Amino acid sequence: MFWRKKTKDEVAPSIQEVELPKRNLTKSIKGIFSRVKFDLEDLSSLEDVLIQADFGVDAAEQIVLEITAIARKQGLASESELRTVLRELLIQKLTRKDVALNLESGQSPYVILVVGVNGAGKTTTIGKLANYLVSGGAKVTLGAADTFRAAAVEQLATWAKRSNSDLVGPKTEGQDPASVAYEAVEAGLANQSDIVIIDTAGRLQNKQGLMDELGKIRRSIEKQVPINEVLLVLDATTGQNALSQAKAFTEVANVTGLVLTKLDGSAKGGIVYAIQQELDIPVKLIGVGEAIEDFGFFDANQFVAGLLGDD
Amino acid sequence: MFGNLSDRLVETFKNLRAKGKLTATDIDATLREIRRALLEADVALEVVKSFVGAIRERALGDEVSKALNPAQQVVQIVQEELVTILGGTQRQLQFAKQPPTVIMLAGLQGSGKTTLAGKLAKWLKDQNQTPLLVACDLQRPNAVNQLQVIGERVGVPVFAPEEGNGKGNPVAVAKDAIKFAKQKQYSVVLIDTAGRLGIDEEMMQQAKDIRKATDPDEVLFVIDSMIGQDAVNVAKAFEDGVGIDGVVLTKLDGDARGGAALSVAQVTGKPIMFASTGEGMDAFEPFYPDRMASRILDMGDILTLIEQAQKNFDEVEAKAMAEKMAKDAFTLEDFLDQMQQLRKMGSLKNMLGMMPGANKLKSQLDNFDEKEIDRTEAIILSMTPKERKDPKVLNGSRRLRIAKGSGMTVTDVNGLVNRFEQAAKMMKTMAKGGNPGIPGMPQGMGVMPRPQVKKDKGKKKAKSGNPAKRAAELSGIKPQVNESGSGSAFGLQ
Repeated sequence: MFWRKKTKDEVAPSIQEVELPKRNLTKSIKGIFSRVKFDLEDLSSLEDVLIQADFGVDAAEQIVLEITAIARKQGLASESELRTVLRELLIQKLTRKDVALNLESGQSPYVILVVGVNGAGKTTTIGKLANYLVSGGAKVTLGAADTFRAAAVEQLATWAKRSNSDLVGPKTEGQDPASVAYEAVEAGLANQSDIVIIDTAGRLQNKQGLMDELGKIRRSIEKQVPINEVLLVLDATTGQNALSQAKAFTEVANVTGLVLTKLDGSAKGGIVYAIQQELDIPVKLIGVGEAIEDFGFFDANQFVAGLLGDD
Repeated sequence: MFGNLSDRLVETFKNLRAKGKLTATDIDATLREIRRALLEADVALEVVKSFVGAIRERALGDEVSKALNPAQQVVQIVQEELVTILGGTQRQLQFAKQPPTVIMLAGLQGSGKTTLAGKLAKWLKDQNQTPLLVACDLQRPNAVNQLQVIGERVGVPVFAPEEGNGKGNPVAVAKDAIKFAKQKQYSVVLIDTAGRLGIDEEMMQQAKDIRKATDPDEVLFVIDSMIGQDAVNVAKAFEDGVGIDGVVLTKLDGDARGGAALSVAQVTGKPIMFASTGEGMDAFEPFYPDRMASRILDMGDILTLIEQAQKNFDEVEAKAMAEKMAKDAFTLEDFLDQMQQLRKMGSLKNMLGMMPGANKLKSQLDNFDEKEIDRTEAIILSMTPKERKDPKVLNGSRRLRIAKGSGMTVTDVNGLVNRFEQAAKMMKTMAKGGNPGIPGMPQGMGVMPRPQVKKDKGKKKAKSGNPAKRAAELSGIKPQVNESGSGSAFGLQ
């Protein structure tokens, strides 16, 4: 992932030089497939486990059907063969070319808008992402457009300090979030930031007024520069409602990527499978803890290995 | 995406309705839909399995096979069982005999503990308690700050000796808070703690230590209503790790169906005590198991409708009516009786509006004039008992008298009498077992025909009194009634 600084003679910093957190997803997503009986005649235990990983009934049924079809066609029946079929199928479905953050094309500063429901982990994600980008040599400005929740601005300010980013917050209490976002981008242009990340208030997707407000935030940013990424932050513990969240936020804010947080718990986050299939939105980032480095890029191989309990 | 459960069940029941009796296969088909609905609502799989198993047992029993409408009976059993689990151990907050009462909040990150602490504090304050908020989340950046702002908003003092952000000892803060509260005579101490994962042993130990240090009267487990299958693991981890006394469900103002509530109630056996339902500090209420059950099933108000119908349509009465019809003893009095029963169930428009899939009917509903019932009622009530029993005696002068008495015209009276005769004829046919080309009609159980008659009346009245024309209209009206057969609620009941 490269991007160019505004001054051409400056060396473009490479984000890939930053060492990724070495946390092993395989361990954090505990394998739940150890109890599956891989019997081609009866894969109901596989279906059960997929449901328990929050894949949803439809996706679970679909996966079982596809595995049965593939196995029959290729004459595979042993447990290890079926396990391989499952692994390959999941990897194939989850692998996408567009998982990297788009930090290459567009107009500087690259704007990342972060949205999601209450408590999904937006502010924490922004802190970690900012830290990651700054340590890669980028200049980052954070916009605190969550002017609703008590002390949300202060929370982001703490992350700005930790990550050595600039912060633009509301000048008055309860300032319109769209105007804060506008000012953050304005400041980013003025201070020659490479990246501006806008934090927004958590909102439940069925609150029309709040969703409209999000549209307004988006438009106020786009008056100055196009938005590079709209990241929807999803809590991995969320169940089937995540699909409804993804739909609603995509409609209003044109989501370009998902962030799956809290993957260090016992939740599996299987709902992202259904979201990717149904809405065609890639998972880009994951969160695996509260520390600033507990963060990584989504990797289908690792994710599936974690699910299947592979070593 | 998916139709809701009620729509799907109506679909499943369409085939069953004609039978009136459920076979084991029918019940299994119904249970499959229910299983799917529960899973889509995020009820944990193990809970769904045991739950559906229990339902099957009851469904195969007498209460269903002897029920007037077995299919609907199954749904009702599901609703009942849900309410039993969700509200089986309903209870109020326990206050300590010696104040202060200590309440500790625990839960995952982002479940809404801090916001809830504010809401609970306000609720307690409104009940003349003097709560003290305690900032023991020293982990999340500015959690302490957030609690202070919230405390200020609801006018409740906050005990926050440590600034947090990873510094300070929450166990010590909690201990000091109790001392402070005793000194200053606060009646309730509300301890906000850091979010923690069930599998994080260190943090669970810390929660346990806070518990040990403060000996709370209530440990409330705060859980996001959007949580998926992991709810079971999380609930178990908190029950085993900290020990919980009650559950609070947050973000119920979203559109998640909240099946986690069922999982948690089932797995921990602890009561769900409160629900958090909005952004405002007042958006907080006691938990209503029946509402939650309907929400999990995504049943809309259909259950309310069933209840109302059940209250008003007595089974015995319905059977008597059917017999009456079969014997050709159906009178204008019965006609009026039925109408009044329908009236008891509430506004017809409202009723239809409660039914899943009724949106399609909306325009038709808007055209339907409920005053028609009033007018018909007025006409019938202006008749003598003899006239009501035997409309054949209605000669010209009697009709004129009735018209004057009811403030209607003779044409109106004629129209009503004609409609009644039509209806009586139709019912007789059906009651005898013949189904006059009306699909989805139960075999003369007397309940379904009522709305039929009624709908007829409403529509007809405005139309001409020409019997030939009317017959044509009649056939045109039936399909509507049947479509409201997603208004099957009538038929099903």
